[in-house]
Amino acid sequence: MAKFLFVTICTVANLFAFLPVIHGNNFETKATQFFSSGHTNNWAVLVCTSRFWFNYRHVANVLSVYRSVKRLGIPDSHIVLMLADDMACNHRNPKPATVFSHKNMELNVYGDDVEVDYRGYEVTVENFLRVLTGRLPPSTPRSKRLLSDDRSNILIYLTGHGGNGFLKFQDSEEISNVELADAFEQMWQKRRYNELLFIIDTCQGASMYERFYSPNIMALASSQVGEDSLSHQPDLAIGVHLMDRYTFYLLEFLEDIHPASQANMNDLFKVCPKSQCVSTPGHRTDLFLRDPGSVLITDFFGSVRKVEITREAINLTNPTELPQDLTSLRNELKSEALFYVDQLPVADIIHQKPKQKDWHPPDGFILGLWSLILLVFFKTYGIKHLKHIF
Amino acid sequence: MGLLSDPNRRKAITSLLTRLNTPICVVCYLAGIAWFMGLAFEPFTLRTYMSENAMGSTMVEERFPSGERALATAREFAAHKKKVGGMPVDWLVKTMRAQGLEVFTQSFSRNLPFPDESKERFVVRGTNVYGILRAPRAPRTEALVLSAPCSPGNSNNQAVGLLLGLAQYFRSQIYWAKDIIFLVNEHDLIGVQAWLEGYHHTNITENCRITSSLGRAGSIQAALSLELNSDVVTSLDLVLEGLNGQLPNLDLANLFHAFCQKLGILCTIQGKLQRSDWDTVEGYTHSAQTMLLMVLKQASGRPWGEHGLFLRYHIEAASIRGVNSFRQYKTDATSIGRLFEGMVRKLNNLLERLHQSYFFYLMPSLTRFVSIGYYMPAFGLLTTILLLRALDLWVHLGTPTPVTEDGVGEGESPSSPGLLSVLTPVVISHLTGVALYTLPVLSQEMAVEHFPVSETEAVVLTAIAIYTAGLALPHNTHRLISGEGTEQGWRVLKLVALLYLAVLLGCTALINFSLGFILAVTLVPAAACVTPHVPKALSAVAMVLLSPGCTILYCVFLFQELQEVPVSLAEGWMLFLSVISQGILDHALYGSLVYPLLALLVYPCWLLFWNILFWK
Repeated sequence: MAKFLFVTICTVANLFAFLPVIHGNNFETKATQFFSSGHTNNWAVLVCTSRFWFNYRHVANVLSVYRSVKRLGIPDSHIVLMLADDMACNHRNPKPATVFSHKNMELNVYGDDVEVDYRGYEVTVENFLRVLTGRLPPSTPRSKRLLSDDRSNILIYLTGHGGNGFLKFQDSEEISNVELADAFEQMWQKRRYNELLFIIDTCQGASMYERFYSPNIMALASSQVGEDSLSHQPDLAIGVHLMDRYTFYLLEFLEDIHPASQANMNDLFKVCPKSQCVSTPGHRTDLFLRDPGSVLITDFFGSVRKVEITREAINLTNPTELPQDLTSLRNELKSEALFYVDQLPVADIIHQKPKQKDWHPPDGFILGLWSLILLVFFKTYGIKHLKHIF
Repeated sequence: MGLLSDPNRRKAITSLLTRLNTPICVVCYLAGIAWFMGLAFEPFTLRTYMSENAMGSTMVEERFPSGERALATAREFAAHKKKVGGMPVDWLVKTMRAQGLEVFTQSFSRNLPFPDESKERFVVRGTNVYGILRAPRAPRTEALVLSAPCSPGNSNNQAVGLLLGLAQYFRSQIYWAKDIIFLVNEHDLIGVQAWLEGYHHTNITENCRITSSLGRAGSIQAALSLELNSDVVTSLDLVLEGLNGQLPNLDLANLFHAFCQKLGILCTIQGKLQRSDWDTVEGYTHSAQTMLLMVLKQASGRPWGEHGLFLRYHIEAASIRGVNSFRQYKTDATSIGRLFEGMVRKLNNLLERLHQSYFFYLMPSLTRFVSIGYYMPAFGLLTTILLLRALDLWVHLGTPTPVTEDGVGEGESPSSPGLLSVLTPVVISHLTGVALYTLPVLSQEMAVEHFPVSETEAVVLTAIAIYTAGLALPHNTHRLISGEGTEQGWRVLKLVALLYLAVLLGCTALINFSLGFILAVTLVPAAACVTPHVPKALSAVAMVLLSPGCTILYCVFLFQELQEVPVSLAEGWMLFLSVISQGILDHALYGSLVYPLLALLVYPCWLLFWNILFWK
């Protein structure tokens, strides 16, 4: 009896003794987890490519995403906002200095704190690609640059009029999906992003992400190839459509996200099903290394600083354990030699076919054709003309 | 050897051509007529649709509130008009200025070549009043025009009243991107022409003294013209045909129809309401009637509304006429005001001139149209007849005539007929045409001295006299030239005349398809069949019946039939005379090209064929 009591007290005492140690181990693991997620800063590139008053909805789309992104924490210095036309001050706007995204003018997405970096005719394919790849002239101000590094998560949002494999800029030029994919590859090779989320809201938007081949890109589009992205609702006082459907429901979804939200990408994929959007939104995750279910919305849409308050002291002198796959990838990347793409692939341009040494009889088709011609000739003009040939 | 240079092959083809010429020509003619009539059949037409993106599918909620106040303004306008006995310029200036527009007046005076029948005036003097609503935030580079005519008597008062009501409502809105010009013009078309010439600093027609306008608002993108005679209307009629058969962009008609549907107003074109039973005979005849009315109106080359004169300056314009008939459902002035508000607001959204939709079309009804690609083959089939005949003649001229009686008969064929014998009829016919063009107006004083007729009648009767005198020409021409009259002669002349007619009709159809087609329908059979060897008396009668003058007569009767106001022969004849005088007047006042075309080109061409008929 006394023995049993002793054992119990010992166990309980041990339990209490070990508890802090276990607790301490927990913090260690948490601390290691701290540095295991990939990104340290967030950027956003938001582009509206259409001008003219009847494309009001594209500007409203971009400004809605801008508003959400700012609300969730990305500052103006990390947002590159490109608007191709000025709807708020358009002469036809019955409510000047406003851009509304809801019917009955519930939500004005324009205001004092909207900082447009590229405006009007500055929104061109060349400028867009230069922003992405960083090849800007030295005189470009900081607000017009995408100063991302290899730990940046970038959100790229494009809206406008598009088609199968292209997006129209300003009614005068187009960017093709191949150009975009190459731009992203340049970004990858220059280590300008950690992870990239690409959202596009145009007609046949899925064609724009078909050609991506760089790692760590996740793409969403509002419609598949062959489908049109439709606009949401007209406003009878202003006289234009205010938003596109996909972005309208995206905005609704994002209004529920707050900086501490744990919603992940799988929820984002479910935004605007066919019943609401009429078109079928699509997404592409095969280039993305992490599982979409583990990617938080705020990884891209917000600039969330990971802050955890602790009273424990954590020893950081031990090298932290990176997750296995990321480590191997990093090693792989560091070990392989970096080289530039062949500027002039001569072998591809000049197709050197080996000369055929032995004589092959001509094609049956050529033979048949010539015999037909000869037959017709002789039939018409008679055999006696034979002597004129030979 | 090539197909045509091989003599055997060539003979085969040409004999085919000669043998089958008449059957092919008959088939082509019937096919052309059938194609044209088939255009009105609904499955062969396309539904109208809005092509301009900027005037897209969304519409605003129209909020024009003050239809009653507009009618009160109209009554005030009528009272002032009666008091002044013309256009109440001061009252209009005062009212427009009170509404906040920039008001300008323009006085003009025109000398008519001869007084027109209805108004019996030689000199027309008037004043146009126009007020410009400046867009609050836009630069003054583009403008829209809303115009209402100031007609004598009791007509069109409500139009001016509504115009002023709209001006007041538009003044309080801030979303205008273009300036809006509200024009009240005197003396209908003459006033509009004077205003346009003053605005654009052009001088298309002579004898016009205008003070050039002081106020300008930029280049005009579109214009709408109102005509309202009653306080309530049952339907609104759209008038599209303009000067020289020019039509505004189809998008303007689509815009009108879209707003009529939105506000639930009945809309018509050519005064006819659209029917839904296209597969019945009545339905088809209804569409065919509408289309034929449009063809006749376009062929006359007159502007059928005030908008017609804007089209020459590449300003897309349409006239909207209110019709008050015996229907139960009446539309009040507020709804009409809302229609105009909606249309002007949509035109405000335009970024460039209307150019996306068709400029050449025919409308069997307000929602169906036939584009140029579909109606031109009908004309092409008719022109093919001329070309086939010309080819046939060329072949005959090329092959030597077979030796028939004796070897001496060969003598005449190798020598081509003298140039003189072909050129003389051509020159004389054209001189007759010049006489037909210039003499009626020039000799009216002389005619009035000698005969108890008014100036207008003198002009018209002189024209008809010269026209008939041309019929006597062949007998006189032959006295001038001696020793001609060969078989080859008339063939060469006919070849030249056929090609001339083909080119003439082709060019006319390109500009004014309706005019070209109507002329082709009557002239092509005459041109194709006439030779010196057909029985003279019968074919002379036939030729006269198919001449351009009689074509106009038939068109007048047909037009009256289609408008459901059939006339007796005597009334028809008086109408015909007035049509001729109106045509000459239109040419002098607005530069309409129908009269010079008929007098200087078509009539001489017909005279050439008349010459061939009486060839000796």
